[in-house]
Amino acid sequence: MHRKPLHSGEPLGAPARRLRLGRGAAIGALAICGLAFSALPAGASGGSVSLVAYSTPKPAYSALVAAFAKTKAGAGVTVSSSFGPSGTQATSVVDGLPADLVNFSLTPDMTKVVKAGLVSSSWDRTATKGMVTNSIVSFIVRPGNPKHITTWADLVKPGVKVITPNVFSSGSAKWNLMAAYGAQLSLGKSAAQAQSYLTALLKNAVAQPASASAALQTFLSGQGDVLLDYEDDGLYAKSQGEPVSVITPPQTILIQNPIAVTKTASPAAKAFLAYLLSPAGQTVWGKQGYRPVLPSVAAKFSFPKPKTLFTINKVGGWTTVNTKFFDPTTGIVAKIEQSLGVSTASS
Amino acid sequence: MSSTGVVVDDLGLPGSGNAPADHRPGRGHRRRRPPSVPPPALAAAGRVVSRAGGPALAVTYLSLLVLLPLAAVVAKAFSGGWSTFWAEVTNPVAVSALELTLVLSAIVAVVNSIAGLAISWVLVRDDFPGKSLVSAVIDLPFALPTVVAGLTLLTLYGVNSPLHVDLAGTRLGVAAALLFVTLPFCVRSVQPVLAELDAETEDAAASLGATRRQVLFRVILPSVLPSVLAGAGLAFARAVGEFGSIALISGNLPFKTEVASSYIFGLAQSDDFTGASAVSVVLVSIALVVLLVIGWFRRRFDIPDTI
Amino acid sequence: MKGSRWRLPLRYGVLAYLALLVVVPVGAVFYHAFSPGLGKAWDAFTTPDGLHALVLTLLVVAVAVPLNTVFGVGVSLILARQRFPGAWLLDALIDIPLAVSPVIIGLSLILVYGHTGWWGNWLAARGITVIFSVPGIIMASAAVSLPYVVREVLPVLQEIGTEQEQAARTLGAGPITVFRRITLPSIRRGLAYGVTLTTARVLGEFGAVSVVSGAIAGKTQTYTIFISQSIDNLEPQAAYVGAVVLCLAALIVLSLLTLTDRNRDAWHGKVAT
Repeated sequence: MHRKPLHSGEPLGAPARRLRLGRGAAIGALAICGLAFSALPAGASGGSVSLVAYSTPKPAYSALVAAFAKTKAGAGVTVSSSFGPSGTQATSVVDGLPADLVNFSLTPDMTKVVKAGLVSSSWDRTATKGMVTNSIVSFIVRPGNPKHITTWADLVKPGVKVITPNVFSSGSAKWNLMAAYGAQLSLGKSAAQAQSYLTALLKNAVAQPASASAALQTFLSGQGDVLLDYEDDGLYAKSQGEPVSVITPPQTILIQNPIAVTKTASPAAKAFLAYLLSPAGQTVWGKQGYRPVLPSVAAKFSFPKPKTLFTINKVGGWTTVNTKFFDPTTGIVAKIEQSLGVSTASS
Repeated sequence: MSSTGVVVDDLGLPGSGNAPADHRPGRGHRRRRPPSVPPPALAAAGRVVSRAGGPALAVTYLSLLVLLPLAAVVAKAFSGGWSTFWAEVTNPVAVSALELTLVLSAIVAVVNSIAGLAISWVLVRDDFPGKSLVSAVIDLPFALPTVVAGLTLLTLYGVNSPLHVDLAGTRLGVAAALLFVTLPFCVRSVQPVLAELDAETEDAAASLGATRRQVLFRVILPSVLPSVLAGAGLAFARAVGEFGSIALISGNLPFKTEVASSYIFGLAQSDDFTGASAVSVVLVSIALVVLLVIGWFRRRFDIPDTI
Repeated sequence: MKGSRWRLPLRYGVLAYLALLVVVPVGAVFYHAFSPGLGKAWDAFTTPDGLHALVLTLLVVAVAVPLNTVFGVGVSLILARQRFPGAWLLDALIDIPLAVSPVIIGLSLILVYGHTGWWGNWLAARGITVIFSVPGIIMASAAVSLPYVVREVLPVLQEIGTEQEQAARTLGAGPITVFRRITLPSIRRGLAYGVTLTTARVLGEFGAVSVVSGAIAGKTQTYTIFISQSIDNLEPQAAYVGAVVLCLAALIVLSLLTLTDRNRDAWHGKVAT
């Protein structure tokens, strides 16, 4: 082994010590900052709301919180918000993430929180059945729709490149596939034929990113001819100047996003929820690209009307669908992926 | 010269090894006192800390942060019994994802080890204007948040690539992303060791008639081989666990480009924490075996510090 | 040593590899951050949520990195200088955090320290919140960056041997003096790289932290989470600007740590090629 000569004549202690002192001082300063930081007062005079939501409506909530602050009920209320993938957010709330108001992208995530005893089981016994916004599954295509993709049949034509998120990691993907399946049923196809359609659709998938936003990024990078996504996501991208066109399929599923206050919610949170469901709040939602749940407000917007619009109940309701289609080992989609993989997997 | 012979276990820390020589009468007062003698209290504290405390503290820290949480994951993996565990890990999608991850990570580790050695060589032994700039960029793949790295790699190597390649949705694309994030390990592991290499041994070998090539292969490379292996191990381990930077460019297609970490993420999102834990346990076990093998080779090439 | 006819091809080969693999992507990040305009870049940088997130990330670095440095140097000394049964296992276990997917690291911490975790009740009874608050973020960051200091310092310690340390001890130096004046300077370069890698890793950590933090804007949202949300909300410039800030932070740390090295290079002299 090599040996190094002894360190004679080399200046040693001073620079190392200075560095350490400096580092120590910096650590001390930052630690004090940090303590002050985390000891910030919880709420201002008007109360506070801890909002936990899925990731898509973040820009919408910026507008909604600002508008709410201008109302009497919302004056002085601080809203602290957390956004993330719907499933993860629900699990976090169960694991102890502080929440007054929860808004998820699909009902099973709300059910998780209800089962954990954090939200009342009568959360959906409201005028809007617990929903705050609607949307539909749309086709996102390149500007001008160069490949003329307008129907579900177009998606399974040879050579058409589809992007849809991975159903096991994304709630959005589940809506997409149920829209496809339900569309086939409403066209008069049998369950077996509808399942073959799903196989053909997934065969045409050139990417199955882990989340809806990753799917959008993939599409915007130039991959694929069509992206299956929420209509509000497509409209938002368009409003941000991204080169997309939003096509409404003739048959599609109604996406309903649940919202509820937790059992320990502050009065300010209840007021905020009331605002979100009020005509004023629903108008703001509408302007952000979400279909309002209040019919009176919905009438003021001109969202495209698909010929056939069905809900998740048409295909059996979420509880059935989650097991029958999306169970990671025994579900229909898992079996389809395996059959596709076995036939196309290269060694 | 120490009359007690070589003390292999001498840690150099207070309290370990033999009694300090400065207690011997007649030996102490002629030597120059070092400019800063630690106060007795600190020295005493240091002795206590390191005698038994050092290793114990280290293991406690490791346990709290890593070992205990991982034990919880193992417990979760088997919480449904052995049959559930087995079903989860023999799922064809899982097997394919594990295979893809391990093979790609191994290839990337090998490629980057070679590249890392070459880069370290140039950084330590070559000299050209701008060399320090080159050294500075090595760590950048690491400082970039994985999500930004992923997005950047997609824009650069995807469909609208300015470099006219299209690696999106391919295994080569995944490999390119892994090469990007693991490069700093392979360079920074070798670089300090190469820099510390003593010129004397090489000079001695040369003066004994060894050719440059012989000096390289018989003196230098064996000395840096342990650190190259260390870097390879780090690169492999990181590649196996990497998620953010390959998420976009891989396209995440099951059986084609879906890596284990993405598959695990999917299971966690579907609330199948038992499955996620199970696949993780398998992945980490295999990685651990590989790391143990690498460690064994490292120790084989590491000549012990005995005279 | 390599013959001089290899020197230039090697140099250019290395530069080409680095250019293609590192410089181009990182350059693209800088380009996308500033091409819409410097003013817009500044606006993107100075959003309140973004600045909060940056301060939080720097705080996490200031705690997690020194912890891992002390651990790393200590464990390296133990592994390099002591023989004990199971040393080989400890050596391999240290690399484990790397192989575990970041999401699982976050999950594993919740399984132990979360509300419903093994120690959940014990912690709640004492009013200690770990998960979904800053301590949890620090733990997750320390866990994912654990091995780097060890992996940098240990090979150097093994390379230099114990000769000088023993010589110093026989000359009467106390153990702490031996460490400070003999060992520490020898491992300084490796240590610098180890600390830099650790810092860079903590700065860029996303997966594990996103799981344990809860991502509450202004409170537990780290800079990488902020950046990721900027991408999701189709504000790529904010994301690229954030990435530039993190890269600059890592570069600053690296140059601070290797600044004192230039003296040593001059003293050692260049190794003849």
